[in-house]
Amino acid sequence: MADRFRGVPFVAKRLLGAALVLLVLATVLYALFYLVPGDPAQLACGERCSPAQVAQVRGQLGLDESAHAQYLHFLQGLFAGRDYSSGTSVQHCAAPCLGLSRQNDQQVTTLILAGLPATASLAFGAMVVWLTLGVGTGLLSALRRGGATERVLTVLTLAGTGTPVFILGLLLMMAVCAYLQWLPFPSYVPLTQDAEQWAWNMLLPWLTLGLFESAKYARLTRSSTLEVLAEDHIRTFRAYGVSERAVVTRHALRGALPPVIALSAIDLGSMMGGAMLTEQLFGIPGLGRLLIDSVRSVDLPVVVGVVLVIGTAVVVANAVADVLYALADRRVVLS
Amino acid sequence: MTVQDVLTPGAGAPPAPGPAAGARGVWRRLRGRPSAVVSGAVLAVLLLAALAAPLLTALSGQDPYTYHDELVDSASGGAPQGSFGGMSGEHWLGVEPGTGRDLFARLVHGARVSLLVAAGATVLQVAIGVAVGLAAALGSRWADQVLSRVTDVMVALPMLVLAIALTTVVSDDFPRPLLLVLVMGSLNWGGTSRVVRAQALTLRGLDFVAAARLGGSRPVRVVRRELLPSLAAPVITYAAVLLPSNIVLEASLSFLGIGVRPPTPSWGQMLSTATTWFRADPLYVLLPSALLFVTVLAFTVLGDAVRTALDPREAGRLRVGTRKEKTRG
Repeated sequence: MADRFRGVPFVAKRLLGAALVLLVLATVLYALFYLVPGDPAQLACGERCSPAQVAQVRGQLGLDESAHAQYLHFLQGLFAGRDYSSGTSVQHCAAPCLGLSRQNDQQVTTLILAGLPATASLAFGAMVVWLTLGVGTGLLSALRRGGATERVLTVLTLAGTGTPVFILGLLLMMAVCAYLQWLPFPSYVPLTQDAEQWAWNMLLPWLTLGLFESAKYARLTRSSTLEVLAEDHIRTFRAYGVSERAVVTRHALRGALPPVIALSAIDLGSMMGGAMLTEQLFGIPGLGRLLIDSVRSVDLPVVVGVVLVIGTAVVVANAVADVLYALADRRVVLS
Repeated sequence: MTVQDVLTPGAGAPPAPGPAAGARGVWRRLRGRPSAVVSGAVLAVLLLAALAAPLLTALSGQDPYTYHDELVDSASGGAPQGSFGGMSGEHWLGVEPGTGRDLFARLVHGARVSLLVAAGATVLQVAIGVAVGLAAALGSRWADQVLSRVTDVMVALPMLVLAIALTTVVSDDFPRPLLLVLVMGSLNWGGTSRVVRAQALTLRGLDFVAAARLGGSRPVRVVRRELLPSLAAPVITYAAVLLPSNIVLEASLSFLGIGVRPPTPSWGQMLSTATTWFRADPLYVLLPSALLFVTVLAFTVLGDAVRTALDPREAGRLRVGTRKEKTRG
């Protein structure tokens, strides 16, 4: 146990590294989107804007300042908040300020927070599906090695990893909603509004995303279970006459799960950033939808904000995965 | 380019380490696997159809861009008239709902766009990956640190998100397929670069590389004559994984309406209006879906077979592992 306390400096170093990566990401995104050769004011204003209108937009966006002054303002908004004046009124944008949407002058942070519940309900529900179905399938296929069950499962998981998620969703929707009419066509209802309707409408999106991810988890569970089953200590347990069931549930599973947990953390992180295709297909108003809509309307502050939030989720998830992995598998010593 | 072309880049090149020796052996092992033969045949037919798209559409007397308003039912919002999505002797697979454009023509021309974008992106990814990986392995320690950290970030970041974001900063006049190649190519090279770096670090310490160096060969020559031939096997293996994932990425972007735009057809683009039509015209949704599914599956199976054929000893170990998918649902 004492060994594992060595993990504290590791975690600190890991977090520092993550923070650095995020700062670099913010800078690169900023450079890419605000200082691009094309004129952001022209882009925001549209093709048919007169030069005078473009100049006015440029003033509002603060684009008439020098590049590094703009960048410093951007960073200041990120860490300390900043004020926006639109001529008549002043809007304060609090600490992680990602700017204002050019479509409706709403704060980007507000828009992102509004999308978060939908994305979170999709991601967590899907995780339940992939943890039960994916891990179950993987275990089954590892235990029934060489049999017909394994071959069927292998083909299914191979097909699953190759299929784009939106095709899986489309086919499910065609079958379940249009032909069998078991479920209504999904339309998102917030959990806070009506829990039953929420679950009922999310069922198909959960299944789609969960099934899609299951294929990957089945492969991972299968390979790591087989790896553990081949180890010496398992042979010893068997030699002592421990029942096969106990060997699998008590010992093999414990060894096989850490990579699954770690991968789940990473996947959950990138899904927080929006399982875009699933959201788009089922009309779920989450972060992915927000990104797509803002890309279509060339709303650069929203694009940069969403990508930055997604980047943060991914980087944090990776760090969390490292720590979880070490906690779940005592053989790993963090250093 | 075939496997053989890559594996025999020049006379006098040393054989790759491990059992992946002659290209002939690789070919023989590939032919011996039924799954490889079937998926190879499927892909050959698809590639041929894509290459011969103008010929095929000339044969059917249609083109992918002409509207046929008389073939769609404007009262129902544009569903094709007749059964099976308006199939007829003239329109072999029916017509596109809404516009009445010939579906067969759009599918084969769409195959060209989908495959070309994926292939172009793969080439670019491999080129950048090999360059960065070699630079990290052979450059100074400082360069290695910087390049490896950049690679880590590139691998971790969600590809689809960045690709979508990047398309915003480019003007609408820029040709979309080329834009997709550039965006996908410049983002998804991290995996290749890792593989190449690891392999090059190992190779660097081997005798034949040291001998070439001591013999007075300049670094460029050492890379070209000694390292690159030995890197071919792992790079091809990795490219075989990249290609189908690029097909999916292009389809995903176009499905979201951010990739290829109409009137240019691609399989993903054809599916972007799928939710509107799958009740009135299920074939319009099923055809591109099936093509996409079969293509990706065939490439995946073939890639797996190529990996096994290139390195039978390693394959058993590699195949049980899982690879991290880039395209997030």
